Amino acid sequence: MDIPYTVEIRPDTGIYNAKVGIWLFLASEVMLFGGLFSAYVLLRVGSLPGEWPHGWLDVRLGALNTVLLALSAITTLLAWAACKTRQFGKFKFFHACTLLLALSFLCVKSYEYHDKWIHYEIKLKDGTFADGHMVENDLKEDYLVIHGRIVTDEKALYDLRAQKDIKLAEVKIPRASIASMQNYSPRHNTFTAIYFTLTGLHALHILGGSIVIFYLWAFGGAMWKTDPERFTNRIEVSGLFWHFVDLVWIFLFPVLYLT
Amino acid sequence: METTVEQFPPFREAGPQHGHDDHGHEHHEPSFWSKYIFSTDHKVIGIQYGFTALCFMLFGFFLMLLMRWQIAHPGLPVPLFGPLLEKIVGPVMAPNGAISPDLYNSFGAMHGTIMVFLGVVPLAFAAFGNYVVPLMIGAPDMAFPRVNMASYHAFFLGGVVMLTSFFIPGGAAQAGWTSYSPLATTIPTDGQAFWLVGMILLITSSLLGAVNFIATIIQLRAPGMTWMRMPWFVWTQFVTAFLLLLAFPPLEAAGLLQLMDNVAHTSFFLPTGLAVGGQLANVSGGGSPLLWQHLFWFLGHPEVYVLILPGMGIVAEIIANNTRKPLWGYKSLVYAVLAVGFLSFIVWAHHMYLTGMGQKIATFFQATTMIISIPSVIILTCLFLSLWGGSIRINTPMLFALGWLPMFGIGGLTGLPLGLAAADLYLHDTYYVIAHFHYVVAPGTIFALFAGIYFWFPKMTGRKMNEFWGRVHFWCSFVFMNLVFMPMFAQGIKGMLRRMSDGGVNYSAARVPGAIDALPGSVMEMNSWIFAAAVALGIAQIPFIINLFWSIKHGEKVGDNPWEATTIDWQTPTPPPHGNFEVEPRIVRGPYEYSAPGHDGGFAPQSEPAATTRNAHH
Repeated sequence: MDIPYTVEIRPDTGIYNAKVGIWLFLASEVMLFGGLFSAYVLLRVGSLPGEWPHGWLDVRLGALNTVLLALSAITTLLAWAACKTRQFGKFKFFHACTLLLALSFLCVKSYEYHDKWIHYEIKLKDGTFADGHMVENDLKEDYLVIHGRIVTDEKALYDLRAQKDIKLAEVKIPRASIASMQNYSPRHNTFTAIYFTLTGLHALHILGGSIVIFYLWAFGGAMWKTDPERFTNRIEVSGLFWHFVDLVWIFLFPVLYLT
Repeated sequence: METTVEQFPPFREAGPQHGHDDHGHEHHEPSFWSKYIFSTDHKVIGIQYGFTALCFMLFGFFLMLLMRWQIAHPGLPVPLFGPLLEKIVGPVMAPNGAISPDLYNSFGAMHGTIMVFLGVVPLAFAAFGNYVVPLMIGAPDMAFPRVNMASYHAFFLGGVVMLTSFFIPGGAAQAGWTSYSPLATTIPTDGQAFWLVGMILLITSSLLGAVNFIATIIQLRAPGMTWMRMPWFVWTQFVTAFLLLLAFPPLEAAGLLQLMDNVAHTSFFLPTGLAVGGQLANVSGGGSPLLWQHLFWFLGHPEVYVLILPGMGIVAEIIANNTRKPLWGYKSLVYAVLAVGFLSFIVWAHHMYLTGMGQKIATFFQATTMIISIPSVIILTCLFLSLWGGSIRINTPMLFALGWLPMFGIGGLTGLPLGLAAADLYLHDTYYVIAHFHYVVAPGTIFALFAGIYFWFPKMTGRKMNEFWGRVHFWCSFVFMNLVFMPMFAQGIKGMLRRMSDGGVNYSAARVPGAIDALPGSVMEMNSWIFAAAVALGIAQIPFIINLFWSIKHGEKVGDNPWEATTIDWQTPTPPPHGNFEVEPRIVRGPYEYSAPGHDGGFAPQSEPAATTRNAHH
């Protein structure tokens, strides 16, 4: 038994099965990320005045990642075009580029996550706040060292964009003076929570897409020899998913980094 | 299993290069594992879904019986099952075999979850859809057979995770099937995390199923099966698949956020200043409990139509078949089901009138809720009018279909006061609500599902289920269903709240004499009557269970088309082999050409000449 229209186009609908499938899947993905973006909007609108953070993320790194993904979208398209014109070598080259770009994206993302993870806000017993990256935190010592600054009002930590020339230095803090401390992990506040959730889910999509593309790249040779048309369809379908994941980032970047 | 590859005309040149995929099973006798567990055949997957879902429904029913016992006799040990219960969930949750309030809460949450997500949806959508839809549209299988298998496996895994949560310390989720935050995050049990992981698996399963159904219906209709020649059942499954595809993801988003709240201690749904047990909770705050409710009900309301639409489709097929005349207003039915599907996305906040979300928003959702009743009434009216002037054949499937009509009518009409904000303020969270939605899904959907099982059983096995015991099953279920749910309207109107583990004792006139609006003795007495009716309802299912298994081997043998139906699911060999049709069917007319002049037996199958009898093409 063969399922009809797995490779060739059904005349009255003008499309093959897998392409219908991936578009439907992407529609549901739109609703998934749509739900999360709606959550972002509601949480941000509902936050207390002056408490929604600005400038917590490095725009340069975000822009770099945007460029990486935009380039990967181009190489994905070129890989598909190479399949269409039956140039397997070219396909191999372009999708190797896609995979390298995806890997670089994930590396940059990991660096950003790590940067947030070692970033602490420390409430001191005198009512001031120390804020910065952990430099030295030896539990045997009765002090810790951060690279950051001390502010008197917590509000100063929220809007970093409005403040010109913030001076950072190494600050030594006696443990006895600490009331509480919290790194910039998801539980820090609603912004870090939605930031980690949205970008984390997006990174999982990047990872999943990369695994599929890698599989087709590394083990697709057999199908290429026997049924190049079907293989080309697979590249097209996985490419559609990849473009969607890129598109999500095009929304994430301004929403999280620029506003 | 019969070999059919050779007879089936290839839709495309099936060169040897394609020989890696969905066949390979036919050339040798498949092993037990590849035949029943890792099958990619839509019919096997349909039966897998159906069997699993029926088991879950029975389990969910038992949870309900335990809860009804607790409501009727608060604090007394459960008879027969008490010691077992204490052994399974521990002496903290079930001291001396009595149901503790915590256990009652987890039963309540899991009864709803199991019935909706593990019982009715898999049975109505996945089981009937999988088995019947490809047969009805003349397809050899679903568009993506392996995705179909993955869908069932994700569903099964989700069910396992849900059931496992009963055995962890703290027990299963206790925050209701709606899992409202912050309650869902602050109850000290990991059961909620299990619930969320289970839900994400079930959502994945529905997503894979929905993609598959829509792609199959768009792509694999046999030549001549135009959209307006599709049986109405296929339309209902088509719309249902879209609801699952687009409404479930926001709940998945919400589930991810709540999982973050529970596991990573974020505050998506936890407001600033949240106090738990008199202590300020150690959370950052800034979240919104309303957000959860919006995301939940954005799924929750379309979900209602996911439950009911396939049932409507089944009932419509059976009514057309047994009145021996075309469905009245086929086109109206098609447009109505599309309208219901679309409108179901913009009514969700009528579940939230009491949240203080604002009068303007309430007014909007009140208006859309009233509007959605129009296509629903069109559907019900068309089905009623289809009976007019028919020479109705009475058999078990038809009895269930006829029983469904007034039951769904009651369920739908009692929903109108709940859709109006002013009336809902009083009725919200009372037993009136329970009675209303159970009339829609219990005597409503489940009757339709029973009808479908009796109706398509001969296609699956080649034998009919026993007619006498089928009728016993129907009449007993019909009477006891009503005895269970009808009194709840009265209890609700008298102000009895749902989710009370003591069955309202602490608000009764006997406990607090002289209190305004205390529950009178007559209302409290109904609790024991309902319990008795529920037990009787359980006993009434025994003939069905025995009949189901007994008839597989011993039922009356019948031919390929015992109901003399027109749709082409009856034009296959019985049971349909891998690949379904021996020759590709060609569709030449609409789905309900009953009493057509010039055809033997007064009906004209959609495919003409008849696609096959068993030996036509050997």
